[in-house]
Amino acid sequence: MELYVHPEFEIVRNEKKCIACRVCERQCANCAHGYDADSGSMEGYDEKCVNCHRCVTLCPTKALKIVQTAHTFRPNANWSNNTIRELYLQANTGGVLLSSMGNPRPLPNYFDRILLNASQVTNPPIDPLREPMETRTYLGKKSIPLQRGAAGKLIENLTPQIALTMPLMFSAMSYGSISYNAHASLARAATELGICYNTGEGGLHRAFYRYGSNTIVQVASGRFGIHTDYLMAGAAVEIKMGQGAKPGIGGHLPGKKNVGEVARTRMTPDGSDAISPAPHHDIYSIEDLRQLVYSLKETAGNSKPIIVKIAAVHNVAAIASGVARSGADIIAIDGFRGGTGAAPTRIRDHVGIPIELALASVDTRLREEGIRDDISLVVGGSIRSAADWIKAIALGADACYIATGALLALGCHLCRSCHIGLCNWGIATQRADLVKRLNPEIGAERLVNLVKAWQHELKEVMGGMGINSVEALRGNRLMLRGVGMTQEELRVLGIEHAGS
Amino acid sequence: MRKIFVREEWCLGCHLCEYHCANANLGNGDMAKALKGRRINPRITVEDDGRICFAVSCRHCTEPDCKKSCISGAISVVDGVVQVDQDKCVGCYTCILACPYGTIQPNAEGHVVQKCELCLQNGCEPACVSHCPNRAIIYEQEGVSA
Repeated sequence: MELYVHPEFEIVRNEKKCIACRVCERQCANCAHGYDADSGSMEGYDEKCVNCHRCVTLCPTKALKIVQTAHTFRPNANWSNNTIRELYLQANTGGVLLSSMGNPRPLPNYFDRILLNASQVTNPPIDPLREPMETRTYLGKKSIPLQRGAAGKLIENLTPQIALTMPLMFSAMSYGSISYNAHASLARAATELGICYNTGEGGLHRAFYRYGSNTIVQVASGRFGIHTDYLMAGAAVEIKMGQGAKPGIGGHLPGKKNVGEVARTRMTPDGSDAISPAPHHDIYSIEDLRQLVYSLKETAGNSKPIIVKIAAVHNVAAIASGVARSGADIIAIDGFRGGTGAAPTRIRDHVGIPIELALASVDTRLREEGIRDDISLVVGGSIRSAADWIKAIALGADACYIATGALLALGCHLCRSCHIGLCNWGIATQRADLVKRLNPEIGAERLVNLVKAWQHELKEVMGGMGINSVEALRGNRLMLRGVGMTQEELRVLGIEHAGS
Repeated sequence: MRKIFVREEWCLGCHLCEYHCANANLGNGDMAKALKGRRINPRITVEDDGRICFAVSCRHCTEPDCKKSCISGAISVVDGVVQVDQDKCVGCYTCILACPYGTIQPNAEGHVVQKCELCLQNGCEPACVSHCPNRAIIYEQEGVSA
């Protein structure tokens, strides 16, 4: 019993439609539905509902809906219902509040205030259904000068690159934070699409080595599941320095989730807490980072590009400049709206900066320093649609990472309860009966549909701009205009206001 | 011919197949109207012991024991589909005893038997297949997958 804490949601059942089939009861891992044998009718327990919509979706007669409770404290602009509720929870437990998925606060979204350009009269738009549109992308160092041998033949001196059919990848989500079937869906979809998914810090399950050429393997501060075969298995190796949802802190997979195959893949004792420290204990400077970058390069026989992933924080441009000089081939920046399987609420909601601003300032800084071609730039942190994706590329990104969007395609309804471990959609859980609810056949199909739809939209918008290759869109900020922004916001983003 | 196959690996034990089966055999109308306050008598049933669950319906055997056991000639195989002619059935339930899978059951009134006939008589794809939320029930050529 949570003292003073009233249920946030109410289960509304249309008694005229309910046939008491008990599907809702069987499908709710939170036990928010029950059956009363005496009356032969269903009951709802509002206090257990997390609003994940599993029951609503599966109800065969559409008899259910979940509504936000109208029950309220005396209205107070300073002390919102949520603020009071969180305070009560902390007074009850004495603990740090935990949250999942991305920052839900109504902070400014710059993607929503950026508009795209299109061709009219003087430069004709292109019809992507009739003319070729190139979306192929290579990530890695591009600054190597062309060299020719004695016979004039080109010397192949290009450092390793990640080849993608379009500038999009699934970002890091560990096996442990998400289920085996969620990983299988991502791996199969990435392979079919010719893009990459990312193992996160939980290692790579032995069954997924066959998707290696479409896998990015991650090395994080806990060093879970890392061995030579793992480093050699992927298309690239990513060093995770930070995560947008929780910059400055590490990770914690509770012992009850770190069991069986998850623990085995992580190479940790079964049932032990898997704790990733906040820092890499061997990295306290760019020079230290350089050592790890080159250790990994050498271990992988100089055949894999190295990604360094950082969270978007205040001085991100200077940090990115340092990373570019560390020998890394790709830098990944994660904005403050990026998702997580569990993070302290205050950190998720208040630490970091928007990816739009971080991306623009990093791209600008690297150009000013003449090192932009030394490194590819990948951004993530709530790329919600093809529009966000296109705007990010025009702001200077070589590619984008998506994760929340990918999970939504798998069935996630953003109830933000991943940290409880009872995901009714079989995504953020390790309970076998829940994991089987996500059939990777369906999951992979839906991911492929989503990404292909976005690719079509990218081509449509590029065509409208009169651009036939994503290379010509990259960093093309002339294609962007701001609306309702201050001079300072426009300056950081490096774009003009609409109308000018 | 296509048959219904069940993949235990993906069965959630939600029992939706049973309700959609019942509704399809009651005319495929509004489910709330058709099934409200009624006890369903579906032709597919979910076996569930708390650890393993899977749906079971007629396997449409090539040499069906039910057909051999039928004393009134009510059971026949038409294009591979095992069918019951309820006008000929005398309700002796011998087929129910003979079926090794337990997939024949008395109809709602109990005078004759009923069984899965792949929704051919309902004019739709098998309702259990099209409404399974996890593709645990599939309608495929024998030997294709599963």
